Amino acid sequence: MSGFRIKLSRSLRNKVHGSWMTVCLVFVISMPVIIAGGLYWKSSVLLHDHGVFSLIFSKEWKPLSGQFGFYPFIISSIWVTMTALILAAPICLLTAIHLTQYAKRWVLKIMHPVIDILAGIPSVIYGVWGILVVVPFIGNHLGTWLGKSVSGYSILAGGIVLAIMVIPFVLNILIDVFNNIPTELSEASLSLGATRWQTIKFVLVKKGLPGIVAAFGLGMSRAFGETIAVLMVVGNVSRIPSGLFQPGYPLPALIANNYGEMLSIPLYDSALMLSALILFVVVLGFNFVSRYIIAACDKRC
Amino acid sequence: MDHTKINISKLNLYYGRQQILKDINAGIPEKKITVILGPSGCGKTSLLRCMNRLTDLHPQARLTGNILINGKDILNTTDDITSIRKMMGLLAQRPYPLPMNIYNNIAYGLRISGRMNKRMLNKRVEHYLRQVSLWDEVKDRLRDPAVALSIGQQQRLCLARGLAVDPQIILADEPTSALDPLSSQAIEEKFNELKENYSIVIVTHILRQARRLADHVIFMYMGEVIEQGPADAFFENPKLEKTKLYLRGMFY
Repeated sequence: MSGFRIKLSRSLRNKVHGSWMTVCLVFVISMPVIIAGGLYWKSSVLLHDHGVFSLIFSKEWKPLSGQFGFYPFIISSIWVTMTALILAAPICLLTAIHLTQYAKRWVLKIMHPVIDILAGIPSVIYGVWGILVVVPFIGNHLGTWLGKSVSGYSILAGGIVLAIMVIPFVLNILIDVFNNIPTELSEASLSLGATRWQTIKFVLVKKGLPGIVAAFGLGMSRAFGETIAVLMVVGNVSRIPSGLFQPGYPLPALIANNYGEMLSIPLYDSALMLSALILFVVVLGFNFVSRYIIAACDKRC
Repeated sequence: MDHTKINISKLNLYYGRQQILKDINAGIPEKKITVILGPSGCGKTSLLRCMNRLTDLHPQARLTGNILINGKDILNTTDDITSIRKMMGLLAQRPYPLPMNIYNNIAYGLRISGRMNKRMLNKRVEHYLRQVSLWDEVKDRLRDPAVALSIGQQQRLCLARGLAVDPQIILADEPTSALDPLSSQAIEEKFNELKENYSIVIVTHILRQARRLADHVIFMYMGEVIEQGPADAFFENPKLEKTKLYLRGMFY
């Protein structure tokens, strides 16, 4: 009798556990869909009122008179992200190459925890550091040196802070990329009479290209969505920035600064949800494009 | 023995505290096939890597002794390492084609070692692909990625790529271990043709392959050279007990 009961509960337990795992899996998979759906549902009010293109390309941001133009914020986001990437890319690439190709093994051993620590610092701290160091440096030194009168709260400050935040993240991936290339490949190139540098330039970078693209693609989506540290140093003026020393107002900062404050204004919460949706779509786009490039490169070499 | 191409004397190799090669004295005859024979882990591959100083890449490797190539020491020299390596084509255990198309795999070595116009380059690429009997198989798809070739074709491509920089020596590290029997045979036939013009060193643990190819044998065990000499004498009439045991398959 008891034997039968054990049998029954065993198969039952098996079923229960199996279905629990399925539920968890479905939950994880449906998260992005639910988020996207929610954002769309919330922002659809504004979208129906104004239309996507007029919202994205309109320059006027006057919520009180019902004008919601996202163009300045989108451009600010692009400026800050690009500045960060241009600053971070050579540093990441050269550091990764040095660590994996030239440095002694113990250097890499030390660098791994250092990079992890850098990646683990809360972004507020980067923001504070930006206010204390980067902003005054740009305002007092770089600005006067270039003969400009600027406050320092600028696209450049945001870009620098963001670059430093993205570096450990991208660097970690790049180190893996270069470590995964078989040493026999560089040996083959060296035995053909190539120098170390030629080998790196023509063989290793080419072999690692899909990984490098992926690293920067993921770094870019990180940078695009980073909020608090950028918000603290970027100036937050809703105007189209015309240069690196101008203040900007990226999308994430817009949401963080205003959500929960001026929601009595009609359509305002819908507008903020729409900026969240734009953010979501752009980050998703970065991911898809880098994945596509990886797949294309895999086929070619 | 004829002219000695590579002369190794009192060579010791250490990785950190571990000694990999112990007091190696050996000669590689010119324009012959020399087989370095021995069980796995005996240091054959390490010895081969010393010859074109790929050991430099290992941060903990330390070399003492001399390796003379054409009478010139390549270990204790200020000569450019790339020009030393260019004297030797390397064939690895598995083919590692460069991440580019078939044509550029051959042209790579030619391009980095000097300027060459397009017509010359085309001619040379064709020449070396013909030399390894690959031309007819790939002539219509020279712009395809090299990894699209079969593994046997890739290994022949790697051989051609090594020949293209005009070496005097070919170093091959178990070059057929990843290949099917037919491709292995093709590679072995190539070696027999190439020994007219090149001094060839092959590392192998396959006794039958050694018997088929070798003109000269270096037998290694536990980081030391046990016995060496012309292939006939070595296989028919080995001097030492250890060699006899190995040839009878008594230990690996």
